[in-house]
Amino acid sequence: MDLTPATWLPVAFAGLMGLAVLLYVVLDGYDLGVGILSGTMQGEHRDRMIASIGPFWDANETWLVLAVGLLLVAFPQAHGAILGELYLPVAGLLLGLILRGVAFEFRAKSAVGHKAWWDRAFVAGSTLAALMQGYMLGLYIVGLERTAANVSFAILTALCLVAGYSFLGSTWLIMKTEGELQRRAVAWARGTLVLSGIGMAAVSIVTPLVSERIWDNWFSLPNFVLLAPVPLVTAALFGALGVVLRHLPTRSDRFCWLPFVGAVGIFMLGFHGLAYSFFPYVVPDKLTVWQAAAAPESLMIIFVGALVVLPIIVAYSAFAYRIFWGKATDLRYY
Amino acid sequence: MDDPLLLARIQFAANISFHILFPTITIALGWVLLFFKLRFNRTGNAAWMDAYKFWVKIFALSFALGVVSGITMSFQFGTNWPGFMNTVGNIAGPLLAYEILTAFFLEAGFLGIMLFGWNRVSNRVHTLATVLVAVGTTISAFWILVLNSWMQTPAGFEIRDGVAHATDWWAIVFNPSMPYRLTHMLLASGLTAAFLVAGVSAFRWLRRDRSPGVMAGLRTGVFLAAALIPVQIFVGDMHGLNTLEHQPAKIAAMEGIWETRKGAPMVVFGLPDEATKSNRFEIAIPNIASFYLTHDWQGEVKGLNSFEHRPPVAPVFFAFRTMVGIGLLMLATSWLAAWQLRRSGEVHRHVAWVLVAMTFAGWIATLSGWYVTEIGRQPWLVTGVLTAKQAASSVAAPMIASTLIGYLLVYAGLLAAYIATIFYLARKSAAPADHNPAEPVRAGGATAAGEAVAAAL
Repeated sequence: MDLTPATWLPVAFAGLMGLAVLLYVVLDGYDLGVGILSGTMQGEHRDRMIASIGPFWDANETWLVLAVGLLLVAFPQAHGAILGELYLPVAGLLLGLILRGVAFEFRAKSAVGHKAWWDRAFVAGSTLAALMQGYMLGLYIVGLERTAANVSFAILTALCLVAGYSFLGSTWLIMKTEGELQRRAVAWARGTLVLSGIGMAAVSIVTPLVSERIWDNWFSLPNFVLLAPVPLVTAALFGALGVVLRHLPTRSDRFCWLPFVGAVGIFMLGFHGLAYSFFPYVVPDKLTVWQAAAAPESLMIIFVGALVVLPIIVAYSAFAYRIFWGKATDLRYY
Repeated sequence: MDDPLLLARIQFAANISFHILFPTITIALGWVLLFFKLRFNRTGNAAWMDAYKFWVKIFALSFALGVVSGITMSFQFGTNWPGFMNTVGNIAGPLLAYEILTAFFLEAGFLGIMLFGWNRVSNRVHTLATVLVAVGTTISAFWILVLNSWMQTPAGFEIRDGVAHATDWWAIVFNPSMPYRLTHMLLASGLTAAFLVAGVSAFRWLRRDRSPGVMAGLRTGVFLAAALIPVQIFVGDMHGLNTLEHQPAKIAAMEGIWETRKGAPMVVFGLPDEATKSNRFEIAIPNIASFYLTHDWQGEVKGLNSFEHRPPVAPVFFAFRTMVGIGLLMLATSWLAAWQLRRSGEVHRHVAWVLVAMTFAGWIATLSGWYVTEIGRQPWLVTGVLTAKQAASSVAAPMIASTLIGYLLVYAGLLAAYIATIFYLARKSAAPADHNPAEPVRAGGATAAGEAVAAAL
C-alpha cells in the first residue's frame, strides 16, 4: 500500500481515537468506580471518596468528548452508523453522565435535606453510565446485531465493566485514602479483582468465537505465538495483584499506588487486545477506517493541530495531578 | 407525533436550548471572577474575595451543567443529523475538533485548580488558573460561533460529489457573519452574567445581607450591564444589517414584511398569518424599517413573498420582539440602577426588586436571539447547501419520542434545581452562622465594610 495521506491518516486517527478511548476508560473509569462504590458508604467516608475525584472528573470526562468528537469528525459515517444502532444505550449513558456530573455539584450546594437525593443520583448515574458503556461494548464486539444471545452477552459485559470500574475505583481509593476507608477499599479491590478477572476471561473467549476474522487474527501462526504475551502478562498481573492486595494496607503505606498501576496495566492490555481484534474495522465487519474516513485535507488540518495541542494537554493534566498529589483531603472552595 | 424529522428537531432544539443557558453564564462569569480576583490582588479588600468565593460556586455549578449537556450534543450530531456530518463534515469536523482540543481540555483541566487548589498553589498560580478557565470558555465560544456562522453564511468551500470540501480555511473561519455573531454572543453572555450577578446580589441585599461581597457584586453587575447594553444595541444593529445583506429572508421574517416595497413600515405588533401571507392586527409605523435597514426613508426592503425559501414567520417575528423588548428593559433598568448607585451608593428597594425579577432576563433574551437566527435560517441547515430534512436520520419516531420525553423531564428537573440552588446559596450566605459577629447587620443601610467597598469602586 502506498503511503499517501489517504492511507496513513485514517490509521493515525484510529490511533488517536483509541488513545482517547483508553484514557477515558482509565480516567473516568476510576471516577465511575468510586461513584459506584460510594453507594455503600455514608457520611464522612462518602464525602472523602467523592472528594478524591473532585478536582479530576471534569477533565477526565473530556476524553470521552474527544473520543466521540474524533469519531464524528474523522469517521463521520461510522459515527452515525454506530451511535444510530446504539441509540437507546447512548441515551442511557448520557442520562447517567448527566446525573453523575450534576449530582457532584448539587450535593455540595443544595439544602441539607436534598443532599441524600443527590447522593443517590450520584451512585445511580455512575452505575448507569458504567452499565451502558459495558452494554455498548458488548454489542459492538458481536457486530451490533441484537439477537437474544448477543444481548445476553452484552448484559454480561455490562456487569463486567461495572466490576472492572469498581476495581479501578477501589485501587484509586487505596492510593488516595488512609485508615478505615483504605482498609475498606482493599476489601472491595479483592472482591472486584475476581469479578473483573472472570469478566475479562469471558470477553476474551467469546470475542474470537463470534467472529471468524478475529479468530484468524489471533489463532493463526505466527500471530498466536507473537500475541501470546498479551493474555499471559494479563493473567500474571491478575495473580500478582491478588498477592499484593492480600498484604495491603502496609503500615508505612509505601506501596499504596501499586494496585492502581496494576489495574491500569490490565485495562491497557485488555484494550489493546480488543483494538487488535477489530483493526482495521471501525464498524465491525462493515466499515474499515479507510472507508469511513473524512477527506484527507480536513484530517490533516486536525492532525497537525492535535500533534501540537495534545502534548500541551498532557502536560497541564500532569500538572493538575501533581497539585492534588497524595491523600485526598476534604474539598473546600477556598 | 410520529414524524421523525419533527421529533428529531424538537429533541435537538430542547438539548441545545438547555445547553446554551450555561455556557452563556460561564463565558462571561469566568471573566467576572477574574475581575474579582484581580481587584482582591490589587486592593487586598476582603469584599472581593467574598464575592469570588460566592460566585465561584455558581460558576462550578453552571459549568457542570454545561459540560453534561454539551456531551449530549456531541452524540446527537450523529444520531439526529447524520446527513450534516456526511455533507459538511470536512468543514464542521476540524472546527469542532479544534474546540475540543484548544478549549474543553483547557477549561476542564484548570477548573479543578481554580475550584479546589486554593490551599495547594500560590496565589499567582490560582490567578493564572482563573485566567485560563476564562480564556478556555471564550475560545470555546469562538469555535462554535465560527461553525454556526459558517452554517448561516458558508464560504471558502466547494462541493465535489455532493460533499463539501474546504478550499480556504481563512474564508471559512472569517466567514461574512462570524465577526458580528461572535461579538453579539459574547456581549449577550456578558449581559446574562451581569444581570445574574446583579439580580442575586440585589436579592441578598433585600434580605438584609450586608456582607461586603454583596455590594461588590451588586455594583459590578449593575455597572457591567449598564456599560454593555448600549454596545450590544449598536452591535445588534450592525449584525442585522449584515443579515440583510446575506440572509434577507430572515430579516423579512423578523420585520414581518410580506410585500417588497419602498418606505417599509416598522411593524410594532401583528400576528403573522402564513395562510393569507399578511399580518393580522398589525400596528406599524411608516417608513421606519426602510430607514434603519437601508438608512433611507424610501429605501426598498424585500418582502417574504419574493423569496423561494423562507423560514416560518411567526416564531422569528415574536422571538425578535422578545429579544429587543428585553434589551430595552435591560437598558432602562441598568441605567436607572447605575445612576442610583452613583448618586447614593445604593439602589432603591423597588429597583432592587426589578433587578431580582430580571436575574435570568439574559437567558430569555439570548434564547430569543438564537431562535431568531436559527429558525430564521430554515429550511436550510447550511444555507444553500443542505436542508434540515436532508440531514435527518432514519432513527424510528417512537425511539426519538421516548428519549425526548426522558430528556425533557431531566432538563426541567435540573433547571428547577439549578435556580433553586442559586437562591438557596444566596439565602444561606446571609444566615447568621456565616456572619462575622464583628460586623453588625443593620437594617436599611450598609455596614462599614459595605461602605468601604462602595468607596473602593
